[in-house]
Amino acid sequence: MAAAESYPDDLRYNAEHDWARIDGDEAVLGISWYAQDSLGELVHFEPPEDGAEIEKGGSYGEVESVKAVSDLIAPLSGVVLEVNRKVVDEPETVNADSYGDGWLIRIRMSDASEADDLMDAAAYKTFVDEQ
Amino acid sequence: MQTLLRTPLYERHVALGARMVPFAGWEMPVQYEGVIPEHHAVREDCGIFDVSHMGRFEFEGPKAPEALQALLSNDLEKVDVGGAQYTLLTNEQGGIVDDLIVYLLEPGRYLLVVNASNREADFAWIEERAPSGSDLRDVSDRYALLAVQGPRSIERLGLDEAPAFTWQMSELDGIELMVNRTGYTGEQGVELMVMADDAVALWDAVLERGAKPCGLGARDTLRLEVCYPLHGNDIGPETDAISAGLGWVCALDKEFTGVDELRRVKEEGPARKLSAFVMSDPGIPRQGMAISEGGEVTSGTHSPMLDRGIGMGYVAAEHTAPGSTLTIDIRGRERAAEVVKKPIYKKEA
Repeated sequence: MAAAESYPDDLRYNAEHDWARIDGDEAVLGISWYAQDSLGELVHFEPPEDGAEIEKGGSYGEVESVKAVSDLIAPLSGVVLEVNRKVVDEPETVNADSYGDGWLIRIRMSDASEADDLMDAAAYKTFVDEQ
Repeated sequence: MQTLLRTPLYERHVALGARMVPFAGWEMPVQYEGVIPEHHAVREDCGIFDVSHMGRFEFEGPKAPEALQALLSNDLEKVDVGGAQYTLLTNEQGGIVDDLIVYLLEPGRYLLVVNASNREADFAWIEERAPSGSDLRDVSDRYALLAVQGPRSIERLGLDEAPAFTWQMSELDGIELMVNRTGYTGEQGVELMVMADDAVALWDAVLERGAKPCGLGARDTLRLEVCYPLHGNDIGPETDAISAGLGWVCALDKEFTGVDELRRVKEEGPARKLSAFVMSDPGIPRQGMAISEGGEVTSGTHSPMLDRGIGMGYVAAEHTAPGSTLTIDIRGRERAAEVVKKPIYKKEA
């Protein structure tokens, strides 16, 4: 079941509708409510390997709905510490809870200053409204 | 800029919150609630689809039966008034101009239901070859077409059971319509043709009877699970019916356009066959992806019933036995699939 539209204040967002929850030198990444709503019910998550290096602005994986595939664009650079196996097994978790149980990967950031380029919730919401 | 056509039900789709997309020059609903719940509604209960974008022609005249018998691959003489037949419009090379359903309305008068994307091409093809004294009319805009499909569809519509590929004139909640026992989902069901002015009333009546609105997204996943080919993806002017596994709709003992070539392919055996497969590895095959054993994916999607990637594609004949392994190139990743007997999804008895 799909969740209601929301953009939590404690996250940072990029223009490709990915979010980051930063905690010390680690960050959890996922896709926004807008992204999951645009795609529709997700049926596949192609994750990166544990330990893979991801680069801000580059693709670190894919999510697919029945009709469409979308690259996951890393909002931050870093090393993959953990992949959310629950989403690999049940991709629809992202539709139900894109900011909680539907997180995608956890990384160790390589450059914490990159976060300064991301949008806060208010800016992202304005950005989404213009889409 | 090209203006998209709208069916008489456009306002209903928008009011239901459908996601509208361009399809073959039409603005059509791809989904309402979502492809997966809509797919399950048709497999388990009853769904309704607006397929008013499909082309419909009437063809009549004293020489119409012979003319169609020479243009279409299946044996039209097997169809009586009240009957219908799945058949192919073929070209001289044995390729498929279109696949369609022909209905015999009365002796010498036929209804042809063709793919929306081929409406103009089919019309021109038939008109060019129609004998003098015959009349071909595009009646698509005069009627709407609603597919009501699923194991409970007949019960929900209050209809009597009838054999597949038959039709009758009937009435539903005060609306006159043509009830066709045909469909594109692999489920029991009907396709209802009504005057365009009655389309909204019929749509509302069928929803009232408990049918779930379904979009083109579910129509595609449903047809692919049961391996019904899609013209433009799996079959086309460059592919022949024998290689496509459609030999059963080709009466090779009669004369029709391209029959010599089809007889030759049948005699020699096709070099490539349209094969169905289920992914063994994670990933969803999509149209155009390469198959390492030779060929490419012509249709691919996620199967809601199998909860896996499925697809079809032309594969070298030696790799088409059920159980054979195929390797699909999914955006640079090699993923294994297993060839299966068609259909991919079969209802448990």
